[in-house]
Amino acid sequence: MIGLKTATAQPAHADGDAPALLLRGLRKTFGDLAAVDGLDLEVARGECFGLLGPNGAGKTTTIEICEGLTPPDSGTVELLGLDWQTGATELRQRIGVQLQETQLPDKLTVMEALRLFRSFYHRGIPVDESIRTAQLEDKRNARIVTLSGGQKQRLAMACALVGDPGLLFLDEPTTGLDPQARRHVWDLVDALKHAGRTIILTTHYMEEADRLCDRVAIMDHGRIIALGTTPQLIALVGAEHIVEFAVKERETREVRVAPLLAIPGVQSHRVDAGLHQLSVTELHTSVPLIFAELDSQGLNLSEFRTHSATLEDVFVNLTGRKLRDE
Amino acid sequence: MSRFETSSLLQLTAMRFRLFFRESEAIFWTFLFPILLAVGLGIAFRNRPADVLQVGATTTQLTQALAADKGLAAYTMDEAAGTHALATGQIFLLAIQGPSGIDYKYDDTNPDARTARMVVDHAIQTAAGRQDAVRADNQLVHEKGARYIDFLVPGLLGMNLIGSAMWSLGFAIVDARQKKLLKRMVASPMPRWQYLASFLFSRLGLLVIEVGVFLGFARLAFGVPFRGSLWQLGFLCVLASLTFSALGLLTSTRAKTTEAVNGLMNLVMLPMWILSGIFFSATRFPASIQPLVRALPLTAAIDALRGNMLQGMNLGQLAMPIAVMLTWLVVTFAVSLRIFRWR
Repeated sequence: MIGLKTATAQPAHADGDAPALLLRGLRKTFGDLAAVDGLDLEVARGECFGLLGPNGAGKTTTIEICEGLTPPDSGTVELLGLDWQTGATELRQRIGVQLQETQLPDKLTVMEALRLFRSFYHRGIPVDESIRTAQLEDKRNARIVTLSGGQKQRLAMACALVGDPGLLFLDEPTTGLDPQARRHVWDLVDALKHAGRTIILTTHYMEEADRLCDRVAIMDHGRIIALGTTPQLIALVGAEHIVEFAVKERETREVRVAPLLAIPGVQSHRVDAGLHQLSVTELHTSVPLIFAELDSQGLNLSEFRTHSATLEDVFVNLTGRKLRDE
Repeated sequence: MSRFETSSLLQLTAMRFRLFFRESEAIFWTFLFPILLAVGLGIAFRNRPADVLQVGATTTQLTQALAADKGLAAYTMDEAAGTHALATGQIFLLAIQGPSGIDYKYDDTNPDARTARMVVDHAIQTAAGRQDAVRADNQLVHEKGARYIDFLVPGLLGMNLIGSAMWSLGFAIVDARQKKLLKRMVASPMPRWQYLASFLFSRLGLLVIEVGVFLGFARLAFGVPFRGSLWQLGFLCVLASLTFSALGLLTSTRAKTTEAVNGLMNLVMLPMWILSGIFFSATRFPASIQPLVRALPLTAAIDALRGNMLQGMNLGQLAMPIAVMLTWLVVTFAVSLRIFRWR
């Protein structure tokens, strides 16, 4: 794990002494594949925590171990001070779960599905309140088959909420949704956050982690490779801006990198398929110097752009790969 | 909140009923199909009045004599046309007027033709003035309970019980597993036994309608007899349905897709449709495979239903098929619970 491990220290929430989630030395192997490869994690109460990583990084396996659906090969899981061996019955009552790809029965109505899930919990919120929270008032008596993807997802979240959970797990809550439906789900998660719920979500969208999560763990190959708030993680890149360029002569001539790295404010350089990336602290002073240097090497630009560093850049920086191989 | 809203067992059972009654195909296969099948087979195998036999004669005089018998339909034709009609099966017998008497032309290996020979000869001799030496009258018997439809109804009932029980469990559970709903349910605090119990409760509820509609129809439309005790018949239906539900549960324990469970259920049901005596008596199979045939749960169910309905046997007399069903029920249910996969 790189850097920022100490950033787990968060003020303990007033109503609980045990952390919402505590993982120690978690491992899970499927055949030859180590899906989760020695994971330690602590999530405080009231936090919205994100597991960010590409498909196959082990996010879903990790969250399903936390949810008590998959037993780990080794390591310990503690939720709200309870564990699955001794406190399973109580834990089931106290956590809310939204799984990836659950299809509720098409021919039930929204109301019927929520009543069903509400009946499993000793205490919880009224069904009407969960419908309001998920903004499904118009669809109360509609059959699930008639709902849009976004509405189905909000219903799945409402099903996770009816038990008034102390800890809410959302596994890829917006995967497969169009941008508008995604923003709608984000608003819902925001509202839950502000209501003080502890949320643990997985995503492979860095915008989602950035927008929703207080802290983010970046996962790759079953390990947490970085952990912290978004600004802390971006600081790992060493600079706030990314300059990307390509040159017309990319087939015939090498770009000499050393003079570029010598420019004040340029922190690092990497090249991927002819596209050069420089991380830069101050654009306004560095960019003219970059232009001048390339000019002096007799190179002509075919592409040039800059953007603020994102979690995507953090991931690329740490692994040399992109979050989504699209 | 009402008791109905807070009881998870009631909510789960209500869900099963809702999903069933909102699936029009399920309603067709469970309620209407057995009735349609009974009607179709009832018509095809109904006990018809004794057949009228077609015969030919070479003179109008003979034809008139034959037409006097209600069991004959007589046509006048010359010998060449009559021989052709015989060869093509349009008539069973041709009566040929000769100079010294009458020749009957017919195929003596055909039972209908032999009957025609007797009836025709009787009609011609009577017309010629022969008197019966002994007076004889007929008493006709068409007894209910000995017809094919009476035999068929318990068989179809058994077939319906196995079909509806296996489909409602096997298919629904695998469908829920495929859609990751099963996994979602066990991620909630739902007691797992209640999920399976809700299937059994809804099955028993639907059984009342299913059996009531089918047997009520068989009674009203065909006058099928109920010679045994009705509550014992009810008990046999419940036992059979639970046995087949356990079989359905067994097929659903591991299958990951509805296609897979579909194939499994057909694998279980098809041999029984053939071997268990739905449409004809299972005793017709060779003695060497009778032990296998007798051990099948559907054979046991249909034997017990026939014993109750047609022969008026009580549960004590049906101990053997009941024991076979109970064994299947206990063993398959225990195995299913052991190997059931919740995700």
